Amino acid sequence: MTAYLCRRMLYALPILLGINLLTFGLFFVVNSLDNMARMQLGERHVTQEAIEKWKHAHGYDLPLLWDATAAGTDKFTRTLFYRNSLGLFTFRFGRSDGGRDIGYDLRQRMFPSLAIALPVLLLELALATSLGLMVALLRGSYFDRWLTLGCVAAMSISSLFFIIAGQYLIAKLLRLTPISGYDDGFAAFKFLALPVLVQVAAGLGANVRWNRTVFLEEISKDYVRTAWAKGLTEKQVLWRHVLRNALLPLLTAIVVTLPSLFLGSLITESFFAVPGLGSYTIDAIQNQDFAIVRAMVFLGSCLYILGLMLTDISYAWADPRVRLAAS
Amino acid sequence: MRNLFRVVLAFAAAGAAQNSGAVEPWNAPYPAGERAQSIFFTTFQERPKHLDPVSAYSENEWLFTGEIYEPPLQYHFLKRPYELIPLTVQAVPTAAYFDATGRSLPSDAPDTQISRVVYRLTIRPGIRYAPHPALARDQQGRLRYHHLRRMDIANISGLEGFPETGTRELIAEDYVYQIKRLAHPRLHSPIFGLMSRYILGLKDLAQRLNGLGVADEAYLDLRMFELPGAKVIDRYTFEITLSERYPQFIYWLALPFFAPVPWEADAFYFQPGMAERNLSLDWHPLGTGPYQLRENNPNRRMVLRRNPNFHPEFFPRKSTGEEAAQGPLTDAGARLPFIDEIRFVLEKEDIPEWNKFLQGYYDSSAIAPDGFDQAVRFDAEGRPELTPLMEARNIQLKVATQLSISYLGFNMLDPVVGGASERTVLLRRAIAIAVDVEEMISIFGNGRGIPAQGPLPPGIFGHRAGQRGINPLVYTWRDRHARRRSVAEAQSILQTAGYANGVDPATGAPLVLYFDAMTSGPDMKSLFSWYRKQFAKLGIDLVIRSTDYNRFQDKMQKGQAQIFSWGWNADYPDPENFLFLFYGPNGKARFGGENAGNYANPDFDKRFLLMRNLPNGPARQAVVDQLVEILRRDGPWLWGFHAQAYALQHAWVRNAIPNQMAHNALKYWRVMPGLRVARQRAWNQPVRGALLGLFFFVLLSTIPAVIGQWRRRRATAL
Repeated sequence: MTAYLCRRMLYALPILLGINLLTFGLFFVVNSLDNMARMQLGERHVTQEAIEKWKHAHGYDLPLLWDATAAGTDKFTRTLFYRNSLGLFTFRFGRSDGGRDIGYDLRQRMFPSLAIALPVLLLELALATSLGLMVALLRGSYFDRWLTLGCVAAMSISSLFFIIAGQYLIAKLLRLTPISGYDDGFAAFKFLALPVLVQVAAGLGANVRWNRTVFLEEISKDYVRTAWAKGLTEKQVLWRHVLRNALLPLLTAIVVTLPSLFLGSLITESFFAVPGLGSYTIDAIQNQDFAIVRAMVFLGSCLYILGLMLTDISYAWADPRVRLAAS
Repeated sequence: MRNLFRVVLAFAAAGAAQNSGAVEPWNAPYPAGERAQSIFFTTFQERPKHLDPVSAYSENEWLFTGEIYEPPLQYHFLKRPYELIPLTVQAVPTAAYFDATGRSLPSDAPDTQISRVVYRLTIRPGIRYAPHPALARDQQGRLRYHHLRRMDIANISGLEGFPETGTRELIAEDYVYQIKRLAHPRLHSPIFGLMSRYILGLKDLAQRLNGLGVADEAYLDLRMFELPGAKVIDRYTFEITLSERYPQFIYWLALPFFAPVPWEADAFYFQPGMAERNLSLDWHPLGTGPYQLRENNPNRRMVLRRNPNFHPEFFPRKSTGEEAAQGPLTDAGARLPFIDEIRFVLEKEDIPEWNKFLQGYYDSSAIAPDGFDQAVRFDAEGRPELTPLMEARNIQLKVATQLSISYLGFNMLDPVVGGASERTVLLRRAIAIAVDVEEMISIFGNGRGIPAQGPLPPGIFGHRAGQRGINPLVYTWRDRHARRRSVAEAQSILQTAGYANGVDPATGAPLVLYFDAMTSGPDMKSLFSWYRKQFAKLGIDLVIRSTDYNRFQDKMQKGQAQIFSWGWNADYPDPENFLFLFYGPNGKARFGGENAGNYANPDFDKRFLLMRNLPNGPARQAVVDQLVEILRRDGPWLWGFHAQAYALQHAWVRNAIPNQMAHNALKYWRVMPGLRVARQRAWNQPVRGALLGLFFFVLLSTIPAVIGQWRRRRATAL
């Protein structure tokens, strides 16, 4: 397995480099450096001289990818791409165009995102698995039909509706939780209750439907019929046999959500005023802060690659027939 | 299912009934203890980029810096038209004029004779900075934290990591130091370009400093560099020297750019490792103002707390004329500030902010677009008034016309809509009549705006109200109101321009014009559609070229846009700050200035220079009238509207008098926390029965599953 993981990590390097290059290219195709400077300087009374000074101070006066006027390795190292993007591979995120240490901000903002995403993941996992198994067991019953109908309805509604309706009903009408906000430590609980509830409600429909499909496929297999015939209890059949054998597709769905645990949810964080990484990214895009955008894209890519590796590892753990080989 | 719903409702009702015993609100975002203190709770929507006074230049930055820093002058809190009064200085300075030989000149001397303009300012003794580690001294009198090594601050991420603080008296050198900072090569002051044209030697200083090539983190001691345009005379007196006459310079002395910064602050922050730990003046300001920034977490909240060293300042005593309409001044003569803490909470979305205001958790709020009908209605005369819901809560509505203008600009370099030919002038005039600005304000702005009759908003010297103030080319005066001229008149003007029925004679097809916009999205689509309909009244086909911010900026810089939407907020209450937007040498495409439409008219330019240098009075009014008339005739803009700010305050907020120019107004405001706590408690009692209802709802939801399971177990295989 170690050899396999090493190989996957080596594969990740060109992928990350490519993503980095792509982000770099896209950003500077869309944005002109002058406009970036203008946005940072405040747009009023800004002279070309001030723009040039700002670009020089932030290293944006260097050639983008190749400095034909330089000698030797300087042709590559005296470029914006080399100076600004390659440091990311050592997780040195540098400073934002506004002057802040990006690494510090990431560490600060990671926890609020995690504080919402982790309970949402766990609650959804527990509820979607239980309900999925239940509807699979009671296939064709009124419960199954009503729940399926409810799930389809929930899937069809925008998550924004859940947020606004949740805030209106729970926080405004029933006055049970704050509408929005955040606090540190245990005081965060009352602020997180509503966004967690809303996110679970918004995601439950799709998850239950997915789990139901997976469990139905599994429950109709011969070994399950054999288990019933052996006289095993429902609990044993469902939790020990069906769930275990249905783990692979479930794990795939779970592990790919790993990046979002850290990277946060844009809309939820914005509406609930949670200072997470989702709002950090969108602010950076709006402010044309390339340093933050590239750091967030890089971090997201790393987490996705990590998520995929964890998926592979979890396959091997869940199914003994799967073996991770180096070649 | 219906029965189930009834059961839940019954439980909810039962829960509501048992609410007779009032409890602390569950939905309160702050602890009860904080709500009972003299804290003003408000919001901010965007992280301030800069808090260093040399760089901060937007409203969301001045929201904080205005309360922390003290420039020499400020605006009178109550008087209208706005009037400059001393803040830290003893008197508002007057300009002294000198020729090249140093001979004193009268104020009406010709510009060609003037080679120096001197402002002498004397600050009041005894003003002290807020406590700050940069000013802390040890027992030997040495600065406590000015010789730190990188390892000394390895574990420090905020100013709280420095246990000792200090203060010192404000001296004239601090103002001079800040003026030199405008030229600092690493601080990028947005007004450096403008100020270097006037402040003697500022440009040279910048060149000298640039040439030094000082490393990013190294401290550049600006005291070592002479600046002829800013000189210390004695401990409390300094002079600012301009190279030419610039009467509007005095207004800049009321902006944070000219607030004092002690050299110790720069020396403290430019130590190794400080920037890496986000320790900078941009993040942790130091001023003499009524408040100091005690918590800077723009991801969540910003907290200003009373500066314990704030110098004596008192609420204005006089209440005459327009000021009297603001109500009795019960705090007249009382020492400022009244509020101990101002808490700005990050709210990015309008809906949560609005609802929290209605719950009483924010003391003040703008009106969210979605909540406008809930808050405001218009009486038969079109005057805004609060809805019964707001009145029942004793909420106060404050309306103020902003010193701004939103307009539709024509690119004067464009061959179709630009230029000074009769054809293009008449084309622009016909469009100006056809586009119904009143309707736009009503539909898209909830009536929050005044149709502009020219570039000057009410409250600016030179603005004329009533019949004398209307733009006669677009409006007529009937029944004591300005009435837009008819579309038929616009069509007739268009015909004279050579576009009968909107047909372009060159092509024989409807004239096609292009509206360059930098935003899109569902909200803007309806506005664009409305614009198309307005132009269609004349038979003109308006094509929307919607693009992103960067492309739009590029088009504007290169003068490639044809018709565009733009706006301007006043830096200071002087007609020059609006009319300079038409001054030829300020053209955006040619000179990179703020004249976005690239309007150029030598006659206008000549009169503008004359107006700029005149003091307010009949002579200046006459020139302003001429300038406005020229602009109305040439029509480089479709005069849009002056926005009106509608602000709501709860009954426990006092003295919240709108002042569009003052950035330090919160020191005059007062809150009554006792009333706030009582109202919050009354308005936010939790519906506790809902939890019980929810529990039973979940319980009842499982019944079909239980029945299904019961049936399954009893079912036979065959």
